[in-house]
Amino acid sequence: MVSDRDRTRAPGPVFRARGLTKIYPMGEVQVQALRGIDLDLYEGELVVLLGASGSGKSTLLNILGGLDTATEGAVWYREQDLTRATDRELTEYRREHVGFVFQFYNLIPSLTACENVAVVTEIARDPMAPEEALALVGLHERVDHFPAQLSGGEQQRVAIARAIAKRPAVLLCDEPTGALDSATGIVVLEALSRVNRELGTTTALITHNAGIADLADRVVRLSDGRIVEVYENRQKKPASALSW
Amino acid sequence: MAVLDHKLWRDLLHLRGQMMAIVLVMACGVATFVMSLSTLDALERTRSSYYAAYRFADVFATLRRAPEHVGRRIAALPGVRAVETRIRLAATLEVKGYTDPVRGQILSYPEEGRPVLNDLYLREGRLLEPGRVDEVLLIDGFADAHGLGPADTLVAVIHGRRQVLRVVGIVLSPEFVYQAAPGALFPDFERFGTLWMGRRGLAAAGGLEGAFNEVTLALYAGSRPEDVIDRLDRILAPYGGLGAYPREDQTSHFYLSQEMEQLGLMATMLPAIFLGVAAFLLNVVLNRLISTQREQIAILKAFGYDNLRVGWHYVKMVLVVAAIGVAAGTAMGTWFGQGLSAMYQAFYRFPYLDYVLPVRVVALALLVTGGAAVLGTLHAVRSAVRLPPAEAMRPEPPRIYRESLVERLGLKRWMDQPSRMVVRNLERRPVKALLSILGMAFACSIVIMGRFFSGAFEYMVDVQYGLAQREDLVVTFAEPASRAALHELAGLPGVRYVQPFRSVPVRLRHGHRTYRTALQGVAAEGDLQRLLDLDLRPVALPPEGLVLTEHLGRILGVRPGDCLMVEVLEGARPTRSVCVAGLVQQYIGLGAYVEIGALNRLLREGDVLSGAFLEVDPAYERGLYRDLQHRPRVAGVEIQRRAIEDLYDTMGEQILVFAFFITFFAGAIAFGVVYNSARIALSERGRELASLRVLGFRRGEVAFILLGELAVLTLVSLPVGFALGWGLCRLLVLRFQMDIMRIPMVVQPDLFALAAAVVIGSAVLSGLLVRRRLHRLDLVSVLKTRE
Ligand SMILES: Nc1ncnc2c1ncn2[C@@H]1O[C@H](COP(=O)(O)OP(=O)(O)O)[C@@H](O)[C@H]1O
Ligand SMILES: [Mg+2]
Repeated sequence: MVSDRDRTRAPGPVFRARGLTKIYPMGEVQVQALRGIDLDLYEGELVVLLGASGSGKSTLLNILGGLDTATEGAVWYREQDLTRATDRELTEYRREHVGFVFQFYNLIPSLTACENVAVVTEIARDPMAPEEALALVGLHERVDHFPAQLSGGEQQRVAIARAIAKRPAVLLCDEPTGALDSATGIVVLEALSRVNRELGTTTALITHNAGIADLADRVVRLSDGRIVEVYENRQKKPASALSW
Repeated sequence: MAVLDHKLWRDLLHLRGQMMAIVLVMACGVATFVMSLSTLDALERTRSSYYAAYRFADVFATLRRAPEHVGRRIAALPGVRAVETRIRLAATLEVKGYTDPVRGQILSYPEEGRPVLNDLYLREGRLLEPGRVDEVLLIDGFADAHGLGPADTLVAVIHGRRQVLRVVGIVLSPEFVYQAAPGALFPDFERFGTLWMGRRGLAAAGGLEGAFNEVTLALYAGSRPEDVIDRLDRILAPYGGLGAYPREDQTSHFYLSQEMEQLGLMATMLPAIFLGVAAFLLNVVLNRLISTQREQIAILKAFGYDNLRVGWHYVKMVLVVAAIGVAAGTAMGTWFGQGLSAMYQAFYRFPYLDYVLPVRVVALALLVTGGAAVLGTLHAVRSAVRLPPAEAMRPEPPRIYRESLVERLGLKRWMDQPSRMVVRNLERRPVKALLSILGMAFACSIVIMGRFFSGAFEYMVDVQYGLAQREDLVVTFAEPASRAALHELAGLPGVRYVQPFRSVPVRLRHGHRTYRTALQGVAAEGDLQRLLDLDLRPVALPPEGLVLTEHLGRILGVRPGDCLMVEVLEGARPTRSVCVAGLVQQYIGLGAYVEIGALNRLLREGDVLSGAFLEVDPAYERGLYRDLQHRPRVAGVEIQRRAIEDLYDTMGEQILVFAFFITFFAGAIAFGVVYNSARIALSERGRELASLRVLGFRRGEVAFILLGELAVLTLVSLPVGFALGWGLCRLLVLRFQMDIMRIPMVVQPDLFALAAAVVIGSAVLSGLLVRRRLHRLDLVSVLKTRE
């Protein structure tokens, strides 16, 4: 199931971040969300970003995904310098290479599950069929339901299907199980790791839940805007074996 | 409560763009309302005080000649309070340096004291002094048009005799507030003038010593004018009375009343549309505000605020907006009202115009606007207070969508996802979509209605002077002349074609309905003066029988084949029964026609004519005009082309100003509707659109989803607006079936294009404003929060 495009990619890091700093001006005070992040993400790996709430995980992920720009430092996606990209170039970058999954699903309420996926495949260069993407996340039976007719876990799986249907090079997930109970969360994580395995999509997954780290190839821990720990996960477990 | 008031101001400030759009629409409504009502009020007050102070008569009668003592018999009639006999003579005027024909009429002024009725307002100079036969008073419109003042002179030709007259005073008269020449639709201040001359001098000029040919009456309050008119007609019949008529039929009064009626209509119709649209907009905006403030309302209620207080909070917000709208609209309306009154004063000559902004009008505006606003938002406020706090505290349940009708009809295959979003959103709230469409449709229809008049007016003039009255000159004889006069006219240099006519004043009677008009005898096969059937095709006059203007037929309640009584009001005054042979279309005037030979037989006169229509070589027109003017047997000559040009001159400015305002107002409505719809769509769907941007949708693609919906609404509103506009014009046409003219129901196609352009233009403008906001969507923050 690995596409030709992904197989011919050059080895080397998919993302390279150097000295990333992000400062939010909040009137008088300044909030420093990131304080010099150096990080590489490699082809096909599943990285879990751990850290307490407010440690800067989302900020980092948003910068990697081209939703936000760093105050200082640089970040490259392969050969592309994201720090220097214009708004238009960032849009094209997201459109071509990035899949997002968020805590609150962010589905379009007026479109069915299938159409929510199609909304992306219609503008993608080499997408899979929406039905195929939904089958990957185990939702082939609910393609014609509107978001209001789906449970939270189902909605999140639609969001994953929507994120992967265009065969993105990277999949960025910000607390995808944050709004779900653990049983439902496991179904969602299963879908994510299956995509990572079968499509070889480089995946970064944010959680403040240490239990989920067992799913990862590599774990990055943030605290107060800095990386405080990076380790390889020797005993990678399947999602079904997780608990929290 | 004070804290809630802070919230009120902050909410208003937050919504300022949308609120300003609503205030604009409201202000336009209030402005038209205040403008029309305050102007109407000024006209009404001025008219009644002017009429009272200058003793405007209640009944008028014209006759051939009656000895002065007849006046005493009239004064003795029951119900008559005062009588003034006088002399009125037609004249031709010559003003130094002005070469065009000038018609005039000269009225007698008492030798001693002031007129008992229809007194004059002296604007400049002095009144007449007894015994000075060459002194005259000049009416202000004519004096201003020619720059004449006291000490200037002019020449009057009365009964063929030239007389040099000295102007001593410039006056205004309650009888001539509207200074149109007899038979003309609009005043032509340059070519028609009214003069007053000492009674003795005028009597000598007209051969009416010790006699009068006109009488005006004032009646006691409570006496019926019809009864007095009946008795008066009987007294005057032997003296060539032409039928007395009440004040309602007096030309100046009649036009003024029509104008005021029109103003009254404007004071109700336009504001109703504007305030309705504003109420709808307030409803939409407040509904949205309340749905975003569900949780706040719940918390307030949890703390113990009762429904009334929470409801009052939102009603107050609406009232603040209404108050701002009324204030802005009143300021605008007062300003327009003063402008309009000034414009009216150029047309309707009052010595003064008493313009004040009546408190009653402002209070009414406040009441109507506040009422409309509160009524429009009641639903939203009710839904806010009805929710139990626990329920309100939970986020709104996700909106339910389904496949739209368009898709179920099988078009789905051809639609991409953004298009599906557009149609499903439209279908989910059909009422709101419908009201938005209606709002824009009204904007569209207002443009059509506002511009309809000038187009229809042009069409009316084209038909009247292009198809029906195609002559270049109209020559009227002082006395009916024989056929020989026609040959004489035909033989003049430059005359290409002549067509005779015979005209007599008549009263048409069918059952209890009567109508006074001129019965025109024209040639059956005439090429200049033609009759048009109801489809505007020229028709030949039947050899026998009467042909009536369709509207006159309606007034009299007759159809072809019915017979009616024709009472001739001149000469031997015969009364005959004549049958209606057909109805014809005529937009200006209410004519009755009969073949000229048949008319002469009816009158038992020989083969005579009152005058002739001439087609002339343009190069000879001026010369012919001057030559004819000086022939003693010619009473008057008219250049038709002049009449048309003047019409446009006088109407031009008014129409332009009106059209400008109406277009602006319509633009305001369209802008208000589209801008508010767009802003609300943006606030409702910002999250969804930001999500799409995250997924890699370009700005333009996201804008399509939001603005596409508005574009659909705008496009759908156009045909609805066309239909609505057509309907409004139709309503106006029905409403303005006047005796003097009937506006034809023709809407020029380019009006639709213009209306569409105004609506689309306003929509594009508001689309651009909203697009700017769309570009500034904060992608990250939108994703952090749950809806
Ligand atoms: N738009 C913003 N404006 C101001 N401060 C922000 C903004 N977004 C994030 N922050 C601050 O930056 C820090 C990191 O936030 P975030 O990356 O969201 O943390 P995490 O996702 O790890 O919980 C926090 O202190 C947060 O308050
Ligand atoms: Mg976060």
